[in-house]
Amino acid sequence: MTSVLYDVPGPRARARNRMLTAIGAVVVLGLVALALWRLSVNDQLDGDRWSVLFDPRTDVPQAIGNALVRTLRVAVLGMIAATVLGALLAIGRLSDRAWVRRPVTVVVEFFRAVPLLLLILFSFIFLPALGTPISPFAALLLGLVLYNMAVLAEIFRSGILSVDRGQWESAYALGMSKSQVMTTVLLPQAVRRMLPVLIAQLVVLLKDTSLGYIVTYSELLRTSRGLVEFFGNTYSFQFYVAAAIVYIAVNVLISSIARLVERRTRKNRKVKATAPVALPDTPTATGQAV
Amino acid sequence: MRITRYAAALAAAGVVLAGCSSEAGDQAEDSAADASAAVETDVEFEAGTTMAELNEAGTITIGTKFDQPGFGLLNPSQVPEGFDVEIGKLIAAKLGIPEDGVEFVETVSANREAFIQNGQVDLVVATYTINDKRKEVVDFAGPYYSAGQDIMVAAGNPEGIEGPEDLAGKNVCSVEGSTPAENIRTSYPEATLTLFDVYSKCADALANGQVDAVTTDNVILTGLVANGGDAFELVGNPFTEEPYGIGLPKGDTEFRNFINDVLEESYEDGSWADAWDATAGDITGTEAPEPPAVDRY
Amino acid sequence: MSVLIDNLPLLLRGFWMTLVLSVLGALGAVVLGTLLAALRVSPSAPLRGLGYLYVELLRNTPLTVVFFFMAFGLPQLDLALPNFFLSGLLALVLYTSAFVCEAIRSGINAVPPGQAEAARALGMPFGQVIGQVVLPQAVRTVIPPLGNVWIALVKNSSIASAFAVTELTAVLTRLSNQTAGALVAIGAGVTIGYLIITLPSGYVVSRFERRLAVLR
Repeated sequence: MTSVLYDVPGPRARARNRMLTAIGAVVVLGLVALALWRLSVNDQLDGDRWSVLFDPRTDVPQAIGNALVRTLRVAVLGMIAATVLGALLAIGRLSDRAWVRRPVTVVVEFFRAVPLLLLILFSFIFLPALGTPISPFAALLLGLVLYNMAVLAEIFRSGILSVDRGQWESAYALGMSKSQVMTTVLLPQAVRRMLPVLIAQLVVLLKDTSLGYIVTYSELLRTSRGLVEFFGNTYSFQFYVAAAIVYIAVNVLISSIARLVERRTRKNRKVKATAPVALPDTPTATGQAV
Repeated sequence: MRITRYAAALAAAGVVLAGCSSEAGDQAEDSAADASAAVETDVEFEAGTTMAELNEAGTITIGTKFDQPGFGLLNPSQVPEGFDVEIGKLIAAKLGIPEDGVEFVETVSANREAFIQNGQVDLVVATYTINDKRKEVVDFAGPYYSAGQDIMVAAGNPEGIEGPEDLAGKNVCSVEGSTPAENIRTSYPEATLTLFDVYSKCADALANGQVDAVTTDNVILTGLVANGGDAFELVGNPFTEEPYGIGLPKGDTEFRNFINDVLEESYEDGSWADAWDATAGDITGTEAPEPPAVDRY
Repeated sequence: MSVLIDNLPLLLRGFWMTLVLSVLGALGAVVLGTLLAALRVSPSAPLRGLGYLYVELLRNTPLTVVFFFMAFGLPQLDLALPNFFLSGLLALVLYTSAFVCEAIRSGINAVPPGQAEAARALGMPFGQVIGQVVLPQAVRTVIPPLGNVWIALVKNSSIASAFAVTELTAVLTRLSNQTAGALVAIGAGVTIGYLIITLPSGYVVSRFERRLAVLR
């Protein structure tokens, strides 16, 4: 297969590739073996250190499971709220009226520019000072929603703008008002096209829940830290590896769902009128890397 | 219409997850900590006092630490255990509040005053050092324990650290924004500070040899030593006085007097010592020390 | 307000640390990311697989977990770094390079293969094909996502505060513990510190995107 970088390999190139393959495999396996050897020398591969993860009598598997549920709770609720608010902000940003457009733009740009960690922390510290006590769950949820609604607003905006001109030109020609065009013609098509990106953004949200440590919400990472504090430092490595594996497994699952939805959407004739959106593979889709 | 189907599925998932958590919470309350038995008493309080309110309501919210072994630590079943927790339960029992009416909330060092002022908690029992600056915004009952800042080093004390003066030129670990860190910065500036957000990370660093010492209140260090296998030891030379008190809203003198009475009672009848033996004493293997005299100011 | 003026040296030190972490992190991430992109488009299948595995692993792991492994996991492999600034920097570099790699790869894939085929048909050597034909066209697609990755990196540097690096967020923690009443002023000061870097960057990225749209 040709790519932009090289032609179909001839015999010499194939031989060279085979050599590269062999060397590459040896190097990778060597590094993995080296890492495992050093870990075992440092006693990190001891069975009794890992058994605490799987023994239900210590309550550790239950703790990790419950923490995952708490993490998913805040992520899913945050996603739903951010999607609704993000769509509203996107429409506001495309408004013809400057008194709507300008403040919305300021809000979106502000929440995209501030670190999420600070947004979560400020929700926790400042709201009680203003009179409303807030739980760690609510503070984390609020911070995540404020940040992600701004990110999703940009995604929705590009989705709406990617709808073929013909769609809204004919809608206007039929005499529809701007809000009718937006809600009945543009938004449905944009959302359909945006669905895989939205699902991928859930991965980002899930990772961002790990920032809940700063407001003491017991999501997965904080619970892992709590387990280290309970069982002692000898188990630090094991608990964090467990947390990492859980995060990776859940996120890979969600990403696969996103890819599945993207493939089915591409075949769906209802989105023919929209331009293809960069899949979550590339940062252009989500626009940010956290 | 696929959109509405996806949206409905998402909404359903959200509702299910929202419901899931309460289940987990009920489980935690059922498997209560196995420390000393709570004394349920049938008491009457003067109308209008905080004690009467709490007794009427049958619930109390106590702020404590969730990450200090021995004093306030969350176990894997998400139930807090420790000496501070037991003191809190003691007070709740004397208020006539049943054990399942006691709710423990995590308070970290930065938000203890705020939580008391906002009414998010009724009391704070969280390795809370009494000092004059804090007395400006909250009131303290107690002290119920006398701690002091100390130093933890690797087992065998390879750097030969016997006191804070020996920290000059060494790498000392503590928590960002904490009083022990501030002490080192002002009184022993030749020491290099490494600051994390929790003490257990300091223990990780010490275990790896990435820092030479960890400094904070000796009770916290003792918990880290007990949990760290054989990797750590305490220098055992406390160089400050940290009286732990029970934080409550400013100006509530009757409540403060009540709690002071409860504390003095517990010194007499041995429940204070029992609480120590069941928690901090258990993990550190030490006998209950002499309780400090309460300060009724 | 006086809180900010009294603690200005500390705030400036924190701001400088954030800037240093971000800039060095960006440089490291671009270098490593380019290398990874080369792996992912290489003709050798195991190398492609290695690149794919690395990117998938780091994109699906929270940055806080990566920070933990760099700070406390590396010593278990006898690879301890001399200080926690370096382990924090390494965490940012490793994490961000996965996103840089994907941005560069999408840029390369956005160039129509016909361009390179025509260049090769004209007899251009590999170096000229890449340098004169592919890269200039790829760069145009790559710059906006790279700009967003940079902004995300600046914000992600705040996680280093939990791992012994005294950057802006750590300064916020320290000052808010010392001076209970001036929380709003300190919060505003630290937020402005971040905005000074992220807002102009965002503006430059959107200007570039607009120019890009016109050119197309």
